[in-house]
Amino acid sequence: MVAAPAFLANPERFMAFSRWAAPMFGIIAAVLGIAGLYLGWTAPDDYQQGATVRIMFIHVPAAWMSLFVYFCLGVASLLALVFRHVLADAAAQAAAPLGAGFTFLALVTGSLWGRPMWGAWWVWDARLTSVLVLFLFYIAYIALRASIDDEAKAGRAAAILALVGLVNLPIVHFSVDWWNTLHQGASVFRLGGPTLATVYLWPLLLMGLAYMAAFGSLWLVRIRGEVWRRRAEAAVLRAARA
Amino acid sequence: MADLSGGKYAAYIWPAYGVTALVFAGLIVSSLWHARRWRGRARRSGGR
Repeated sequence: MVAAPAFLANPERFMAFSRWAAPMFGIIAAVLGIAGLYLGWTAPDDYQQGATVRIMFIHVPAAWMSLFVYFCLGVASLLALVFRHVLADAAAQAAAPLGAGFTFLALVTGSLWGRPMWGAWWVWDARLTSVLVLFLFYIAYIALRASIDDEAKAGRAAAILALVGLVNLPIVHFSVDWWNTLHQGASVFRLGGPTLATVYLWPLLLMGLAYMAAFGSLWLVRIRGEVWRRRAEAAVLRAARA
Repeated sequence: MADLSGGKYAAYIWPAYGVTALVFAGLIVSSLWHARRWRGRARRSGGR
């Protein structure tokens, strides 16, 4: 487990690996996504929620990814701060827009699910509010990086902000246990096993893996773009000094 | 068979799938565009 990050810490090795890994993850995401959607749409309506249960297959994986991507952003930021590793900084920068996208999806699809089930588009309960705070951390990270011209200073400032935001992850996860919320409790990743019916659990897990593979593919593509951007700007600087 | 109608909740289900498709399309296009743009510039400037 330790060998993989060390192997990929070398930019040349990372570029060689990601060249084939990015499209491969993309293909895996497409196959799993098609299978998950097929199983999800052929599953029977829920006895309480009716056909709105189909929103679960796109909402819950987006919510999982919003937390997972922020965790990746935090780890990459920590590595960039401690070791001043350029690739870790590029990985953190590349993860932020993807995480913001997943969190936006979790909020919007959750609202579209909440309206027919709760009778409200939005409620200020602990889960929804903490996810909104997570989204604001992503936006603040992106804005902070963009607002400082010096790339090294921008990376350090944004990394510190990302580490502060890690505190919010357990709050999001345990909010449904710590406070009385309208949002339901955990039904998949919980002690004692999932409470979800198998007919919904399988398509949900397939969609979760599809979202994970899609993130893997897009993250690699964006990191590659960052590596090229830094190489291009370094080449321009070298030419200007010559 | 898949029931694609969504029944009386179609007004909530299809927008949820629509916005998901749009966000994924946006992330895919922006990621590929960003990588392609800077790969071209890096090659032109001698940064490999």
